[in-house]
Parts: sequence; C-alpha cells; structure tokens
Amino acid sequence: MEWIKGFLKGFATTLKVLFRKPVTEQYPEYKRPLPARSRAVIILTRDPDGEERCVACYLCSAVCPVSCISMQSAEREDGRRYPRWFRINFARCIYCGLCEEACPTLAIQLTPYFETSQRDVLKLVYEKEDLLVNHGGKNKEYNFYRYAGVTMVGDKGTHIDEEEPVDLKSNLP
Amino acid sequence: MEPWITGTLLLIIKLLAVLIVLLTLAAYLVWVERKLLARIQARFGPNRAWRFGLLQPLADVIKLMTKEDTVPEGADKRIFLLAPGMVGATALLIFAVIPFGPVPMVIADLNVGVLFFLAFSSIGVYGVVLGGWASNSKYSLLGGVRAAAQMISYEVSLGLSLVPIVMLAGSFSLVDIVNAQSRLPFILMQPVSFILFFVSAAAEIKRIPFDFPEAENELVAGYHTEYSGMRFGLFFLGEYITMIVLGGLVAIFFLGGWRGPVLPPILWFLLKVFLTVFVLIWFRGTLPRLRYDRLMSIGWKVLIPVSLLNIMATGAVILIMKP
Repeated sequence: MEWIKGFLKGFATTLKVLFRKPVTEQYPEYKRPLPARSRAVIILTRDPDGEERCVACYLCSAVCPVSCISMQSAEREDGRRYPRWFRINFARCIYCGLCEEACPTLAIQLTPYFETSQRDVLKLVYEKEDLLVNHGGKNKEYNFYRYAGVTMVGDKGTHIDEEEPVDLKSNLP
Repeated sequence: MEPWITGTLLLIIKLLAVLIVLLTLAAYLVWVERKLLARIQARFGPNRAWRFGLLQPLADVIKLMTKEDTVPEGADKRIFLLAPGMVGATALLIFAVIPFGPVPMVIADLNVGVLFFLAFSSIGVYGVVLGGWASNSKYSLLGGVRAAAQMISYEVSLGLSLVPIVMLAGSFSLVDIVNAQSRLPFILMQPVSFILFFVSAAAEIKRIPFDFPEAENELVAGYHTEYSGMRFGLFFLGEYITMIVLGGLVAIFFLGGWRGPVLPPILWFLLKVFLTVFVLIWFRGTLPRLRYDRLMSIGWKVLIPVSLLNIMATGAVILIMKP
C-alpha cells in the first residue's frame, strides 16, 4: 500500500501546482533589475580627468579565451600610451569577465546591459567609439597615472604613496 | 432524389465535418497540452501568439509547412516518405467507428467496431516501425524496434481488457456498447478493466510514462529523429489524433459514451474526451519514464494475467446472474 500512497502523492502535488500562479517573469514586459556586477556588454571607461584609462597594454587581449579583443597601441607626445584603435567582437565574446580582471587600469569593464542582438553579425563588432563611455564605471575615483606610469602633474616621486627619489650622492657613507 | 444519392451526400458531409473538427481539435490539443504542462511546472506556456497564445497552432503549422522536407542519405526513400501518413491516416480511420452522438452521429456503425479499432491501432504502429527503419539511423531504428516490442506486449492486454466489455454488452459494435450503458457506465461495473485498458492504451499511443519509441534523452527523438517539416508534423498530428481517439474510446467503453443528463449528447462526449485527455496530460506532468525491463514485465507479468483473471471472473458472474 505504501507505493500506492507515493504514487498518488505525486499526482496530488502536480494537481496542486496546476492552480498555482506561474513564477515566470515575462521578459520584454518585465525586465528584472540586474545586479551591478552582472556581466554583459563591455565598455571602456575614462578616469576622473576625462582621459581614456586604457593604456593599450594588451593584457585583456592576451587573456581573452576566445580572442575577441584586438587593438593597436600608440603613444601620445607626453609619453602616455593609448590604443589607436580598439575592437571587440561581441559575436565571439563569452562575457567571462577575464579582461576586466586582467586590466591594470580599470579601463575595460563589463556592464549589466545585454540587449545587443542584431540581424547582421558584423554589427556586433564594436569599435573604440562604440565602446568608450564618458564616465568611470564601477570606480569613479581611480586614476592609474596618480599611482604609476608617466607622471602627468609633477616630477619624479609625485605619485601617491611614492617616496622622493633618493639622492645617490648624499647617500654615500 | 434517389435514396443512395442523399445517403452518399450525407456521408460526405459527415466525413468532412468530422475531419475538420478532428484536425482542429488535434491542433488545439497541442496548445492545451503545452499550457497544462506549463502550469503543472508553474510556467505560462505559449502566450505570445495572440491572446493566451491561441494562434500558436497556426504558427506551428506555418513553421512546419515552410521547413525543408529532407530525406537522409541511404534512407529507403519510398517507405520513409510514406510512414508519417500511415500514422495520421490510421488514427483518423479509427474515428470512423466512434459514435459521437445518438445513432446518425456515427460515420460507420460497424458490427465489428472493437476489432476494427484494435486492427487499426496495430497498423498505426507499423508507420512508426517503418519510419524508424527507413531512416537509416541507429536512433530511429532503436525507436522503431522499441515501438514494435511495445506494440506486441501491450496489444494483447489492450484486446483482453475489452473482452469483459464485449461480454457485458453482447456486441462488438461501439453503438451497441454505448446503448448497453444506458443504466450504468461500465467503469462502475468493470473498474479493473478500465485501469487495464487505460494503461495499455497509454502504452499503445506512446505516452509518458511509456514513451520508449521517442525517449528523447536516450534516442534523440526516437523514430522521428530524421524527419523534418510537415512529415514530422504528421507524426505529431497522428499522435494527438490518437489521443483524441483514445479519449473517445474511453468515453464509449467505460464512461457511457454520449449519454448524460441535461447537456446535449455531443457536449457530453467532448467533455468525456477532454477528461481522458486531461488525465493523460496529468500523467505526463507527473510520472517519469519507466525502465525498459519494467515496461516489459508490467505488460507480460501484470496486465495480461490480471486481464485474463478479469475475463474469467466476469464470465463467472454472468453465468451465475443468468436466470
């Protein structure tokens, strides 16, 4: 008799659920607010001074498991590096977020926006002007050149938490 | 006008009406099943094509019609192309003997209606077996072989479970069987027979938990793996028409057919058909697929002996009750 009870219990459960309100969220009508750290379309952010953060170090391109990031580095007259062009093929991108983790300057970041479908696959190849945004993304304050790289404001030793250069001659015994 | 002309005209009108209603019902049965299954799983089901997804069957038909009709390499082309039609046609033909109302509301009141149904439900399985064999694919072949094995096992108990009904009604004609239930539906007199028939018939039309010929998680899609477009659609349609036919047969053999108070006979019939179909969908939403050896042992070691005992008991009771 035990198995008949178990058998009928299953039928009772499905009958009960039949009259329950469905839990499905209907997508185009209701868009669930996504967490800030959910991973979708990639952006290139700017530092608080409005300059491009990207220094074209190729780390994101190297770490990308599907090789969807490509760029060409260049150098400004003041010695600061930047990508002359920067291209992400979103038809290949798997939104793994490794580029964001690899980026030393917080330039490349993933956003929760995901509605990018296109009928023509070539429209999914984003150029630098499509990727570049006018804000700092997840960390508005961070400015890489305040901590390392070529100094933009002062002389040597003016980075944050950096000591003055040692005077070799006065350091003699 | 000559009487035979009016007779033929009436028959053609009846045939057309039944065909159109049956095909529409089968198309909407797909919608009903998807909706009910979705609700059982706390989902919405199809709801994009018009209100409540009511135009979903139309969208499905357009999709199936416009798809490419492929024949795999190495397939036995003629049999491959014919098999889906066999499934649909036999299902439709069974409906010819089903009375959906008082006497003029039946296409052909055969005096061997029960045998006709048994014969055609077996021929329907040929479509599945041949389709699986002609596809030249191991998954299709396995699906077809399973269909054949299942048919042989469950055909026996399907036939035997109906013997007590025929004994009580004293006729093979489905109209006479309905008339014999004017006082009491047979489900109350033959509950064992009802369960046997329902289980065997569910196995015969390859419904979960007996959907071995399809078994998507083992055999891709079983016998219709290689089919595309409307040929796949025909298999699909055949399956749903068979479901309606089975609903009609359960109604006729056990629930008193079109008989019922207040409502018109046709409504009663449809109501009983839908009830059976609902139970079949409920089964699908609840039970997992059986293990293959269990399927065989249930068929041979449980259903057949029980149906034989049931026949003997019914015979004994009839003999004792006889004045």
